Amino acid sequence: MTTEDLLTAPLSVVTAGAALLSEEIRAQGVPVTDVQWAPPLPGTAGPLARVLADPRRTEANRTAVERMMAAGAELVDVRPAHEALGLERGHFLHAGPPITWERMSGPMRGAMIGAVLFEGLAQTPEQAEAELARGTFTFEPCHHRGAVGPMAGVVSPSMWMFELRDPASDRRSWCSLNEGLGKVLRYGAYSEEVITRLRWMTDVLGPLLQTAARATGTVDIMAIIAQMVQMGDEGHNRNRAGTLMLMRDLLPAMVESDAPSSDVADAVRFIGGNDHFFLNLGMPACKLLTSAGADIPGSTVVTVMARNGTDFGIQTSGTGDQWFTGPANTPDGLFLGDFGPEDANPDIGDSAITETAGIGGFVMATAPAIVRFVGGEVPDALEATRLMYQITTGENSRFGVPILSFRGAPTGIDVAKVIETGVLPQINTGMAGAKAGVGQVGAGLVNPPQECFTAAIAALAERSIAPQ
Amino acid sequence: MTAHVEVRRGHYVDSVSLMQVSAAVAGGAGVQRANVAMATELNLDLLTGMGFTVPADAGPNDLVVAIEADDDAALQDALAQVDAQIASIGQEGSGAGSMSDEPAPRSTAWALRRSDAPLAVISVPGEHAFAQAAGALDEGRSVMIFSDNVPVEHEIILKDKAAEKDLLVMGPDCGTAVIGGVGLGFANRVDRGPVGVVAASGTGAQHLTSLLHTAGVGISHCLGLGGRDLSEQVQGRSARAALRALDNDPQTELIVLISKPPHEQVAADLRQFAEGLSTPVQFALLGPGEPTITEAAEAALAHLGRPVPQWPTWQPASAPTPGPGALRGLFAGGTLCDEAMLVAQEVLGPIHSNIPLRPELALPADLRHDGHLMIDFGDDQLTQGRPHPMIDGALRVARLADEAADPRSRVILLDVVLGYGANPDPAGDLGPAITAAIDTAGADGRSLAVVVSLCGTDADPQDLQRQAKTLQGAGAAVFTSNAAAARFAADLIKEGA
Repeated sequence: MTTEDLLTAPLSVVTAGAALLSEEIRAQGVPVTDVQWAPPLPGTAGPLARVLADPRRTEANRTAVERMMAAGAELVDVRPAHEALGLERGHFLHAGPPITWERMSGPMRGAMIGAVLFEGLAQTPEQAEAELARGTFTFEPCHHRGAVGPMAGVVSPSMWMFELRDPASDRRSWCSLNEGLGKVLRYGAYSEEVITRLRWMTDVLGPLLQTAARATGTVDIMAIIAQMVQMGDEGHNRNRAGTLMLMRDLLPAMVESDAPSSDVADAVRFIGGNDHFFLNLGMPACKLLTSAGADIPGSTVVTVMARNGTDFGIQTSGTGDQWFTGPANTPDGLFLGDFGPEDANPDIGDSAITETAGIGGFVMATAPAIVRFVGGEVPDALEATRLMYQITTGENSRFGVPILSFRGAPTGIDVAKVIETGVLPQINTGMAGAKAGVGQVGAGLVNPPQECFTAAIAALAERSIAPQ
Repeated sequence: MTAHVEVRRGHYVDSVSLMQVSAAVAGGAGVQRANVAMATELNLDLLTGMGFTVPADAGPNDLVVAIEADDDAALQDALAQVDAQIASIGQEGSGAGSMSDEPAPRSTAWALRRSDAPLAVISVPGEHAFAQAAGALDEGRSVMIFSDNVPVEHEIILKDKAAEKDLLVMGPDCGTAVIGGVGLGFANRVDRGPVGVVAASGTGAQHLTSLLHTAGVGISHCLGLGGRDLSEQVQGRSARAALRALDNDPQTELIVLISKPPHEQVAADLRQFAEGLSTPVQFALLGPGEPTITEAAEAALAHLGRPVPQWPTWQPASAPTPGPGALRGLFAGGTLCDEAMLVAQEVLGPIHSNIPLRPELALPADLRHDGHLMIDFGDDQLTQGRPHPMIDGALRVARLADEAADPRSRVILLDVVLGYGANPDPAGDLGPAITAAIDTAGADGRSLAVVVSLCGTDADPQDLQRQAKTLQGAGAAVFTSNAAAARFAADLIKEGA
């Protein structure tokens, strides 16, 4: 539209600001759309304007999202972390941005203690804790190795990892094998039962999956995500269809392997009994998707959202691997058994990579089966997804939401839009108990803290280019 | 006859959508048979049964496009159809999903993306206006920025962006515009007609368009620029765009550009730019020796060959008498205040003000001065944290009472602006205060004259006639020409000296 259209076409207007102005225009019989405007996050007006004025931004964001939506993800192998990632004895990975032992929350400490015990680096939890506090061991975020981990996300060298590859870039991403629900390491539990399960996963499940994956050839994880989104899974808190489709693809090779039939049966029972098994494949697929959009100068698209149980951290395409952090919020939702809000730990895990990639809470509309679990009714789910289009850059037609007429998933969170609208990304999540060793206490909804985005917009502004 | 089988790896589309795609493709001219499907076992059988040979390694996550067409051209059409059909899956607006409404737009850009409105009107606080306005320009729409306190560097970036896209930025601090007869912001209801107005002054534009309307001449559009557009920094960026737009507008026979005193070189450049246009442009640039707004309206009427009417006035029952003392002007409109000072200073000499014509005439912070003074209550400094005096005149009414109690006051000059956005009954609010002011002075044995410059039209929601009569009844002398009101007020003092 040009100025000529303004002067010749029948007038209609969009208004933002004083209600008096729009009322006066409406009173003259002119169609008016009111923006539900709210002041941006405090202190961001200056940096936001600089970022919006950057002539590179529109194109950079388009490029970022196009690359994200073109990324693939195939399961190519299953192998131990020391082999896949070169992880050395005494070194651990964890979820979220970097953190010291002193600042770690209960479930993160619990998972670390469990991992130390699992590696045989200590004989008792007390000893493990003492060694960790003394700084005997080292740790860093999964994201620093191109990996992701749900909840505490603790990875030790002996744990087996799914290895996924993006055929478009040959980039790889990794994630541990999902342990199931209840008292599990990723929720900070480290009892004997937890360690015993981890040993079985290392001794039986991992090698069996390796055989199956290698014999099957590649399994297209991105295609499974596309289908599960049409089957009522949003890919973060519901992974039931995805888990079954994965099993469909791997089962023939598992059966045909040389493993004892009892091991195969145990493995199938374990996978089939854990609706979240596919989460640990969906997450690295999402990591490959978002990584494809990383490192584009001028782009304000978010490439990582991750939490360590204390801090929430994000990264953006235009600022490389710099973290922008704020205090993690505590999710709002429903609780298992007689747990209550006071038992919940602040938000934890790398699983918000699903929302970063446009699924999870962003396609809540597709998972009516779990909307009550995360505290709402079906129309709330539709509204939540529709609102996310207002803070994202593109619509990923590969992940079509049937109830929205197959509209593509809202993809590529734009820091500038989050700041401008004050609308924060919607994340579906599990809740860990605040005390080490308790495990999962519930599930619900959570938003990132504003501080991540205000810090990111300031850094993006510093790197911005002024128009000529 | 030509057959085509293609496998698109890892491209999942649900089967129902694909059945629709297949049907659309198979129905194309010159297409014998077509099947677009995921390579599941069932579909592979179907494809084989249809006579297609599918590569053995195609699996359930791969999309197969199989078409048999009469010739290459038909095949190419069919393949284009496949792409178009697949691309259209999930495009917004296809109707379903009505279980909840689309959430309210949280940004101007988003609202515009879902609307065909050619204009966004932005009145958010100044520091936030840039984001909204830039979003509108990105969506290819023009903007009116009502907000003030927008940094000048933001204004320049926005106006340059608009120029690239042949869009118009009206503002920042643009209070008045009329587009195709629709009043935006503070605007008077005027007939449509042959005069296009380009205005770097809100009340100036209101006064000009109201006078033209009163003379029976309507306007095509009134495009606002914002008070800074003709400054040295902004260089008339929007003025050029607005002049060009009105030059291309077939309804516009004459353009009048009205502005507060502009930067000299910018004005000279604009005059030169205007000479290159096919529509004549008259300049009404307020300043010493320049025509008043009333004279500009009269010049426009003369250009159009229309008679100049007697500009209506209403004198009170007891006519004001001349006498010595000070002139006190209390204004809501900045340009009306400017013009009144220009007119009155020729009669009375220097006039102090919070928007002084020369820096040495600035009022102190308490806005008090022994001699002649005029205050613009619409100035940014006086509107922070309270409504504009055109909407709520409480501050001005309080000052009116103060001036009435000051024995030095001889004549009080007020403006009253009607139209969209303004107080629904300003005379109803101001009338009793005027009567009280005259009575206060009378009780003190003094004579106080109140003169009102009334800007508006008989079509305005407040009704010009009714407002004028109320003010007249309250004891004020009422003028529709601001210059005439200022001259009358100044003459009362000069003749009484």
